[in-house]
Amino acid sequence: MTPGPAADLTVVTAGAQMFADALNSQGVATVDVAWTPPVAGTEDALTAVMLDRRRVGANAKALTAMTSAGAALVDVRPAHAALDLEPGHFLHAGPPLTWDRMPGPLRGALIGAVVYEGLADTAEQAEARLDAGKFTFEPAHHRGAVGPMAGVVSSSMWMFELHDETTDHTACCSLNEGLGKVLRYGAYSPEVITRLRWMGDVLGPALQTATRVTGPIDIVAIIAQMIQMGDEGHNRNRAGTLMLLKEWLPALIQSGLPTGDIADVVAFVSGNDHFFLNLVMPACKLMTVAASGIPGSTVVTTMARNGTDFGIQVSGLADEWFTGPAQVADGLYLGNYGPADANPDIGDSAITETAGIGGFAMATAPAIVRFVGGSVSDALATTRRMYDLCVGENPRWALPIMDFRGTPTGIDVTSVLRTGQLPQINTGMAGRVAGVGQVGAGLVSPPMRCFERAAEALARRVSP
Amino acid sequence: MTRQVEVRSGMYRDSVGLMQVSRDLRALDGVSSALVAMATELNVDLLVSMGFEQPDGVTPSDLIVGIEAADEDAIARAHTALDSALAAGPSGAGLSDGSREVPPPTILAAARRAPAQLALISTPGRVAAIDAADALAAGLDTMIFSDNVSVEHEVALKEIAADTGLLLMGPDCGTAVVAGVGLGFANVVRPGPVGIVAASGTGAQHLMALLDGVGIGVTHCLGVGGRDMSSAVRARSTLTALDRLDADDTVSTIVVVSKPPAAEVAELVTAHAERLTTRTVLGYLGAGQPDLTATAERVAAAVGLSWVAPRRWGGPVPTSRQGFLRGLFVGGTLCDEAMLIATSELGVVASNIPLDGGRRLDASLTATGHTFLDFGDDAMTVGRPHPMIDPSLRLERLEQELADPTCAVVLLDIVLGVAAHRDPASDIAALVRQYDTPVVVALIGTRDDPQGLEAQATALAEAGALVHASNAAATREAIALVRRSRA
Repeated sequence: MTPGPAADLTVVTAGAQMFADALNSQGVATVDVAWTPPVAGTEDALTAVMLDRRRVGANAKALTAMTSAGAALVDVRPAHAALDLEPGHFLHAGPPLTWDRMPGPLRGALIGAVVYEGLADTAEQAEARLDAGKFTFEPAHHRGAVGPMAGVVSSSMWMFELHDETTDHTACCSLNEGLGKVLRYGAYSPEVITRLRWMGDVLGPALQTATRVTGPIDIVAIIAQMIQMGDEGHNRNRAGTLMLLKEWLPALIQSGLPTGDIADVVAFVSGNDHFFLNLVMPACKLMTVAASGIPGSTVVTTMARNGTDFGIQVSGLADEWFTGPAQVADGLYLGNYGPADANPDIGDSAITETAGIGGFAMATAPAIVRFVGGSVSDALATTRRMYDLCVGENPRWALPIMDFRGTPTGIDVTSVLRTGQLPQINTGMAGRVAGVGQVGAGLVSPPMRCFERAAEALARRVSP
Repeated sequence: MTRQVEVRSGMYRDSVGLMQVSRDLRALDGVSSALVAMATELNVDLLVSMGFEQPDGVTPSDLIVGIEAADEDAIARAHTALDSALAAGPSGAGLSDGSREVPPPTILAAARRAPAQLALISTPGRVAAIDAADALAAGLDTMIFSDNVSVEHEVALKEIAADTGLLLMGPDCGTAVVAGVGLGFANVVRPGPVGIVAASGTGAQHLMALLDGVGIGVTHCLGVGGRDMSSAVRARSTLTALDRLDADDTVSTIVVVSKPPAAEVAELVTAHAERLTTRTVLGYLGAGQPDLTATAERVAAAVGLSWVAPRRWGGPVPTSRQGFLRGLFVGGTLCDEAMLIATSELGVVASNIPLDGGRRLDASLTATGHTFLDFGDDAMTVGRPHPMIDPSLRLERLEQELADPTCAVVLLDIVLGVAAHRDPASDIAALVRQYDTPVVVALIGTRDDPQGLEAQATALAEAGALVHASNAAATREAIALVRRSRA
């Protein structure tokens, strides 16, 4: 029994305000829930899932797995070596989809990749062969890989290879090309292909040498530092990029490579504030895959988009995808671009939010809140709201502005449906038309439908 | 006359709050009818039955507003009043620092804002199990005030509570007192040596009021829900509650008040009670069992205090005409107790909550012979507040019975307490004055209840009602009046 006088009792109230008033009038403190009904139509599934006796323990296990996974950069290799990727087989971002449903940016990136691999001489020829069904596609997630925006990977593209010693999982991600006209935003002009060739000929081998000499580089530790330096790990990766470069520099300098190449590599990496995104993403993938496949867990382990569909995966349901239509982000546009030019949401980079950073750590990145269309207080409120959707916090990644509270971690499908509040994702926007490239950046949410479908599937797995 | 229907999406307010808003709008000059409610199926039907057009494609998370007024000006005034009422939002003193604190959208989120021990849930019954599971996951003892929670969900919740050593009170737990704090429809009781485990609501309230009447205090009253002692639920919460009370040194006497349990559950509870170190009085209500007043007397004896018969207010016994007894109750246990006594004295009675062997009223609830209605029954509270908060349905029926020539005597209960109606006596007293039919009232309240026990009793007695602090005594006086009229 609760001991002591009433003054020691604190009651959480949900429902009729008069009961809270009656407690307050007795001098009892209450914390009153701003209660709203669950998303209409999900009541029965939610009840079944909430009453699943495995849920609380399974979610605690998922949180522990996610927050204790390691992620070290162990190698830089071409995709045919790192992922056994064959020529003519391509990885893409998001859930599976067929060529006929692919949006402009994904088509553009595939055209560029076909040309880059020498499987066609011109863009027109590449498109004709893609149309004719000459090539095969697969979500990067199915190979333990992740890719920003279109996320297209072909067999000779170079990959970062990250390893988690705790689970012995490996996750891969391509090397970041920079901003503007780049393959991942759907551009495939000659300058894009030329850059990819330089990345394959010079950048990849140089970083391989540097990484192999430096030894495993702890990416989780760099992320811990970067989020105390104003990076949220999705739309801002400036500090992380420079910290990684710092790790490589001694080995690069001593590599014996032509000094011109070293200078080019250093200039390329340090000149691209998003270079480190492609290391944050596979690190987050290792965290979330560690939490996958725990029966009864309602924790989201993947959020990914292919520009047509938004898909999520949930721990208790392992690799099953739950999809809904991808939304157009709300944000700022480059130049004269406007909402009509933007493609719906695309990319695996929402793996960062799935692991508790990006939009979830918005409070730590006040420098970019205006870029994504908000104020500093919006950023603080966003992170506070995301705590309410998550099963816990990640003590390894502390947010100074939140009094060193860990980042909100482990999106709970039931919390999303019960509150009607969606995870916030910070994202870039690709042009709708193949070949255009980036048109802006902003904020986006998954469609509620993904969570509705996941809850129904979770409910079906609850043993009566 | 102008009519207008409006839908506001994404705005949720609780039904009690909206009822107050609707009432305030109706009170405006020129407004003849108004409904502000969440668009549940029931409320949409209500809107249509009020003569408004049916809104298309609404869900229970939408707010519907129907206003009928003399002219556009009156509609505009109603809108202004509505906007300011809705903008005011929920009142109450939470722990929010008022700066950029995000209000907690779930119980778990609230429990993370401040260390709490207990959750009080009064969300709609269809989804209350979701919130209760959340509260248990947050490590909170949980009271579910909501009714209409299925027995399957109740069992599942109580299994989770047992897994984690938490106490689940309810569902349909109207009353609890925890460490002297009243939850739900609780009465203000002084601390003392008694700890109560009770099925749900008004039985416990009555016992607390009777003990208060002879100066015996109650430290805890743990409600376990009306189905806890059923074969399906197997007294899961009762057993936990007994252990909690046994572990509390301030409790020297434990009382269990409940409908008679299923036989195998009774064995379970009796065996458990025998293992406790604290003296336990088992007060099962039913045919051949002591009534609540008799149980209170046994508790007084156990505590070692002398018993004084509960009070009666009111003048000489009025004359009554020939006819039948009509019981109109807000408390389920009080209604049961009155029916048990009436059945043994008058024979079979009809009710919407019939006893075993009693007659069930049809859906129209038309009185036939001696009739008892429980306005707090689940079926009567779907989509509307409990009659202890909103007395309108019972007042309507009271007037009908008072005017019915076949009604000899009306028996009522009035339940006071911290969350109950501010002044339940005055509307009833006004009706009692208008008619000749005798009215006997069981007035359930304590000395410290905010309505003022003495003032409520006096108002009723002055209007001509006969008022008892004991429900059993009130029932017996009503029966005596019916008998005398037949003689």
